Amino acid sequence: MKMLRNFLPLFAGLLLVPRPALAMHISEGILPAGWAIFWFVMAAPFVAWGVRQINRRKNADPSYIPLIGIFGAAVFVFSCFPIPVPVAGSTAHPAGTGMAAIFLGPFASVVVAFISLLLQALFLAHGGLTTLGGNTFSMGVMGSLSGYGAFRLGRLLRLNLFWSGFLAGVTADLVTYFGTSFEMALALHGTKPFLSVLGQIYLAFMPTQIPLSILEGAVTGGMIVYVQKHRPDILRKLKVIGEVAK
Amino acid sequence: MRRSLVALSMLLSLFMAAAATGQEDEKPKWPGVDETVVEKYAKELGREARAPFFDTDQGDLLLFLFTLAGAIGGFSVGYYWHKMFVAGRKDRED
Repeated sequence: MKMLRNFLPLFAGLLLVPRPALAMHISEGILPAGWAIFWFVMAAPFVAWGVRQINRRKNADPSYIPLIGIFGAAVFVFSCFPIPVPVAGSTAHPAGTGMAAIFLGPFASVVVAFISLLLQALFLAHGGLTTLGGNTFSMGVMGSLSGYGAFRLGRLLRLNLFWSGFLAGVTADLVTYFGTSFEMALALHGTKPFLSVLGQIYLAFMPTQIPLSILEGAVTGGMIVYVQKHRPDILRKLKVIGEVAK
Repeated sequence: MRRSLVALSMLLSLFMAAAATGQEDEKPKWPGVDETVVEKYAKELGREARAPFFDTDQGDLLLFLFTLAGAIGGFSVGYYWHKMFVAGRKDRED
């Protein structure tokens, strides 16, 4: 309960930020038709596998459903509210997929990201329907898999839960933006060298994203420590703890 | 641990308070990276964003939809949080 009270300012703050999003998703119409279709095709198997992972886990353990509720809504909210970064003078948002990948599974996290992005494109003029495949691939697939991989690597390196989660949050955020840059550079570099365009776009994200990724890492690490303290059985079921030292 | 969580909550609240007051003007003081990076580079590379297929950016509609989305998202997190970490924890202790 004390923890809940600590987070009350956060949730109250969320309700005070009903602003049109100024965000990182690739906007409607930016990807040419061929590339838009290509990224849909690339993202589709991960979404399908994610639906399978959700069904399997839900059938094996009914307590998985509330977890989907928490982290599904969290990814939706995280990925559409803008946070100003004073050092950069611009706003962006975290991805939340690193955290979702740890608690829900990396492929289930892709589904959560896909649904969040679809709702944002339909109702919040945020991202786009033609760029949904590209955005799902960068935020959902790349963000979730890299975040999950970073967390597992952290555990293998015997980092404690907080720092493993921190690594997952930072990695998921930075890799998501790398994905966005990669998709844009691939589709739009034209006669310019691909790597040069990729580098320019990715570097332009960095002043805003580095502080935000640190924030996302701290939130992810804090969340895992909280769950470990209050419901360690969840982490055991997810095989997050038990196999290596806490 | 508790102290660091309080500090983190306060930091987040500060960020969000700044977000709530940072975009009053017609042209936002804090443009998003979609504008400063994605659309800027796309334009330089010969591609411009088009209006969304479902253009909810009309009047206060978008503001309303964001409020609604924030409220639904917040309630959903709170509801399942309670189920998992308050009721669920009590069930385990009983």
